[in-house]
Amino acid sequence: MLDITSLEKCFDTADGPVPVLRGVSLSVKEGDTLALTGESGSGKSTLLHLMAGLDDAQGGKITFEGQDLLSLSDADRAKVRRSRIGLVFQQFNLVPSLTVAQNLALQARLAGRHDPERVARLTDRLGLAGLEHRYPEQLSGGQQQRVAIGRTLVAGPRLVLADEPTGNLDEATGDAVMALMHELVTETGAALVMATHSRRLAEGFARRVHLRHGLLETR
Amino acid sequence: MNVRVFLLAIFWANQALTQGFAGLGTEAQGFSIPDPDYDITFPQDHGAHPDFRIEWWYLTATLEAEDGRAFGVQWTLFRSALRPEEAEGWDGGQVYLGHAGLTTAETHYRSERFARGGIGQAGVVAEPFTAFIDDWEMRGEGLDLQQLSLFARGMDFSYDLDLTADGPIIFHGQDGYSVKSPQGQASHYYSQPFYRVTGTLTLPEGDVEVTGNGWLDREWSSQPLAADQEGWDWFSLQFVDGARLMGFGLRGLETVFTSATWIDPDGTVTPYGDGELRMEALEWAEIAGREVPVSWRVELPERGVDIVTTPLNPGAWMDLSFAYWEGPISFSGSHEGRGYLEMTGY
Amino acid sequence: MPVLETLFSHWRRHPGQLATLVLGLALATALWSGVQAINEEARQSYARAASTLGAGQGERLISPDGAEIPVADYVSLRRAGWLVSPVMEGELALSGTTWRVIGVDPLTAPTGAIPQGAFETTADAPAFLGRPGLVFVAPDSAPAAPPDFPAIITSDAIAPGLMLTDIGTAARLLERNTLSFLTLVPTQPDGLPPLSTLTDLRREAPAGEQDLSRLTDSFHLNLTAFGFLSFAVGLFIVHASIGLAFEQRRPVFRTLRAIGVPFSRLITALAFEVTLIALVAGSAGVILGYVIAAALLPDVAGTLHNLYGAQISGTLAFRPVWALLGLAIAVLGTWVSSAQSFWHLITMPLLAPAQPRAWSMRSARATRRQAGVGAVLLVISAALAGIGGSLAIGFLSLGALLIGAALLLPGVVVVVLRIAERPIRSAYGEWVLADTRQLLPGLSLALMALLLALAANIGVSTMVGSFRLTFAGWLDQRLVSELYITAQDEYQADAIRDFLAPQVASVLPIAMAETRIDGLPATVFGIVDDDTYREYWPLLETVTDPWDRLADDTGLLINEQLARRSGLDLGDRVTLHPDLTLPVAAIYSDYGNPNGQAMISLDLLEQTFPDTDQTRSAFRTGDADVEALRQSVLARFDLPQGHIRDQASQKAVALRVFDQTFRVTGALNVLTLAVAGFALLASLLTLANMRLPQVAPIWALGQTRARLARTELIRTLGIVAVTWVIALPVGLALAWVLLAIVNVEAFGWRLPMTLFPADYARLLGYAMLSSTIAAALPALRLLRLPPAQLLKVFSNER
Repeated sequence: MLDITSLEKCFDTADGPVPVLRGVSLSVKEGDTLALTGESGSGKSTLLHLMAGLDDAQGGKITFEGQDLLSLSDADRAKVRRSRIGLVFQQFNLVPSLTVAQNLALQARLAGRHDPERVARLTDRLGLAGLEHRYPEQLSGGQQQRVAIGRTLVAGPRLVLADEPTGNLDEATGDAVMALMHELVTETGAALVMATHSRRLAEGFARRVHLRHGLLETR
Repeated sequence: MNVRVFLLAIFWANQALTQGFAGLGTEAQGFSIPDPDYDITFPQDHGAHPDFRIEWWYLTATLEAEDGRAFGVQWTLFRSALRPEEAEGWDGGQVYLGHAGLTTAETHYRSERFARGGIGQAGVVAEPFTAFIDDWEMRGEGLDLQQLSLFARGMDFSYDLDLTADGPIIFHGQDGYSVKSPQGQASHYYSQPFYRVTGTLTLPEGDVEVTGNGWLDREWSSQPLAADQEGWDWFSLQFVDGARLMGFGLRGLETVFTSATWIDPDGTVTPYGDGELRMEALEWAEIAGREVPVSWRVELPERGVDIVTTPLNPGAWMDLSFAYWEGPISFSGSHEGRGYLEMTGY
Repeated sequence: MPVLETLFSHWRRHPGQLATLVLGLALATALWSGVQAINEEARQSYARAASTLGAGQGERLISPDGAEIPVADYVSLRRAGWLVSPVMEGELALSGTTWRVIGVDPLTAPTGAIPQGAFETTADAPAFLGRPGLVFVAPDSAPAAPPDFPAIITSDAIAPGLMLTDIGTAARLLERNTLSFLTLVPTQPDGLPPLSTLTDLRREAPAGEQDLSRLTDSFHLNLTAFGFLSFAVGLFIVHASIGLAFEQRRPVFRTLRAIGVPFSRLITALAFEVTLIALVAGSAGVILGYVIAAALLPDVAGTLHNLYGAQISGTLAFRPVWALLGLAIAVLGTWVSSAQSFWHLITMPLLAPAQPRAWSMRSARATRRQAGVGAVLLVISAALAGIGGSLAIGFLSLGALLIGAALLLPGVVVVVLRIAERPIRSAYGEWVLADTRQLLPGLSLALMALLLALAANIGVSTMVGSFRLTFAGWLDQRLVSELYITAQDEYQADAIRDFLAPQVASVLPIAMAETRIDGLPATVFGIVDDDTYREYWPLLETVTDPWDRLADDTGLLINEQLARRSGLDLGDRVTLHPDLTLPVAAIYSDYGNPNGQAMISLDLLEQTFPDTDQTRSAFRTGDADVEALRQSVLARFDLPQGHIRDQASQKAVALRVFDQTFRVTGALNVLTLAVAGFALLASLLTLANMRLPQVAPIWALGQTRARLARTELIRTLGIVAVTWVIALPVGLALAWVLLAIVNVEAFGWRLPMTLFPADYARLLGYAMLSSTIAAALPALRLLRLPPAQLLKVFSNER
């Protein structure tokens, strides 16, 4: 469903362009779970952003479900994101002025497939029952991240991209959230790609790739 | 509401401007109405009839300069009654309106004056005959107004004419009772069509000495138009042999009511009723934003008349408080000659 | 819709911020549109006056001896071909009010003599000429009329206090049949006999409606400038609160885009949001503006009447066009204020750090650049002030001065902080100053607004104060006589003078005639030679023996307005009348009167002007008891209320008129200051929330919250004090421009500038008080902040 070939990406810095990705190729199939590991600054997040169509590359190609992601317009990429790709961030990125219930429903409503029953089911599964009317700042970090996962999953994405989703959580909470995300994503049959610097977390994934010096190493 | 409409409303003193040209087709409450048995007597009837709603002293003249240039002159004093009396003072009950026109082949000069009666600024005296508004004046001598002097002044023109009658006063319709519609609306109407004219036209380019023929119309009524009549086309024609023809068509919604008076050179009059005079507009032109006929075919089969008219100046539009076409014409066909044409309600 | 809901949820969670924005915009719109409403009302009144007096728009024919004109004279002119129209004017007492009745002849009046729209229906027209006739009056003023009175019709086109009617109706109401004057239609037919061969009536140039609008233009420009200043101050608030709302929501914008909202839709939604808020706040502002205008209008009407003799209706009409314009300016102002925020959003990369940037954090370079622009504007302002010579240049100079000073302010404060830093040794002190510098960009807009308001306040109060001081001193000089009497007519005036002459030290008849000097209306006074004038009359410039020149008819005196307007100097020759031209012997100051004046000897006045008003006299009472004299005159002569005044009450009247004249200016001044205070409050409140991350580490390092709160308060007061210090010279410069350029153009006189340190100190007090209130709230909040909240800063940070 997702094919990346020879992807190249540089960042412009004060000292001139710094290459981050130097010809990365990767393929993700439906239902795949893939851990993307690497040191901080190795380009994991950049790769995820490119997969989500949030950024542009200098070379290479990303094909998602038959579409050449990099050649799409901003509006078309936005459409892909809201209906077929889900993003989970390290900082949760909830909308602080919306309640838990509103945050959960947000992406599904944007995608035009809001289903209250599905939201209710997910709320239960995520252990957020009773917290629907709270605002994000009234939740713990683990609860916030579960809301973010729920927001992504209610829209029914085909691919979930998670960027250090437990990076802001203590280990126990992180593990619990991780397990829950893994379980729920697998249930929907969507593919899951997670960037993490933790080898321990990467253990649970079917495939693992390591990003070093802008190149992928398969383990 | 603009000043023109205000003045017009004052002048015609009516409630509905939508009815007929200048509101002539309205009810005549409180005012006298024309009487077929009325004997027109002079000099009294040269003067004003304040118990009738409207009245006019109307003189048109076709003139010629020594170099052959043709001119036309119009001098009109309208009287409109606010109430059927004439009193002294600012609210004397009568409002007067003067219209003056001077037509050359190139230019149509026109001017207008409003004044109330009762303070000496405008009015009509029967004996000695004087009709005046401001410095405009028509003075007459003799029981039958054999002599007239005429003066009017606009912003950029004036004229000063002397008129002498070559024939008698004539009466239209039945002894001056002139029917205006099949429903019987009528007016009192007499004319002096036999004036010879000499005088001076003052134009921006200088004075012009002129001679020609003049025609005075006197008419008064309280409701001369039927409610559905929206305007009229009126001719006064002078044939080369000395005969005269007055004819008009009153345009109703569907039909045109016509009337004519044939005047022999000696003043013998033959009236013709509705339908005997035929008028057909041959050519239309856009003047001041309106479609106006500029050439007519006029037929009076009883007299073998079948002529086509041509205006001296198609733009003889009296663009004043109420607007109409009035100017000199010439005609040819079965007869030749000159005359005046008035077209209202366009 | 989810996008809009998400955007609006921000305001639901931050109602205070929304209130600030709406209130700021509403206030700005209110002051702007309030001033517009006042100006529009005044303009309408002038137009009405011009069109009804309109009879006076063209030249007039008047009787040379001021007598009424017989109708026969009118008729004979018409019969000679001259296009003239009769006008009958008079006064009519009806249900306790005196009405000015103007009768016109619609049949002959020139266009414009009857106000447009006066006749609603064609039926009115014949009724207008008939009996009982129609009279038109201004709305809401229809008197209770007797049964046989003409029908009363109200019309917007009629000036208050006026009855416009047909001349026939006027003749019946005034029980008269003579005419006041004839209007000459502007274009006359060719070839008329000369007027002088027909009548001895005199041609008179049109009465002064144009003069009125010329004089009042400056007043309205003044108001407009104030309205604009208030609007600009208000927009600072709008700019600040919209900027804050955008910055705070940056992470949300990013999240929305990440989960699939196209950028274009986000921008559209934001534009919609901003416009909607502008419309709501604008509507509130327009309503508020109407209320302000309605409240101020009576004062404005008083001012215009006092200064220029203009009649303005004291009630405000609601005009939909005005309301729409008010809304439009609100929306436009909001767009302009939010342009910068939109620009940041558009140029922000999608993946920029989602952390809110330190709000409006600006580089030192930007501050320097802004200060540079400010300095250039100040130079331009000074150059313009140097050129002077017109009202527009005066106001441009003022604008450049105020904007330049405002732009320069942040840079100056930075410099002040840097200087303050040097002697400081304590770590806490250093932190406070460093923190203040960091705080500055967020506060600078509010401070600029405050600077504008303070400077305007200082400037205007200095101008008004200087004016009042000069005016009072001038009154003392000018009103030397102890008793002033205006008689009903000249016979009575003579009788009073004869009666009092044996009892007083000297009798000073005041005779005057109206004329035009240099084409503008002016009054010529005739005086007797008396020591009173020689000793007290307030001369600005003079030859050695002005009063001798005046007495022997070899010179005249003119007032300052006339001298400035016509560029006259001592010795220049002035033509008062075709038969009278004299050199200027002295120029005297003359306040509270916009028109030109000249003084000649009484005898010369009488010889030259047949039509003089000699009803007034002043009396030097010497040792006599003024009150006893007053009573004796009142007992003997029939004098209306207010026609006999002693010196003290005459002065009181003059000062009251003066104070009323500047009441509107004062009110607008206070309102502008209030808006600026509000801007400061709004900025401090929003900053307080954002500053926790800066304050928390200091608290963690061992400072008490109480000390932190105190520091906040003192720091705010310090910054406000610095702003006031900078506002002081700006305000004085403003006052100078007002006195030396604007007043000279608007009124025709130049006044010496006086300083009022006590007033300025009081203003500082007010500013401190309001900023204490503004700073107290955030400081209090900091004091009460649960430590957990401060701790959260650390746990939430990255």
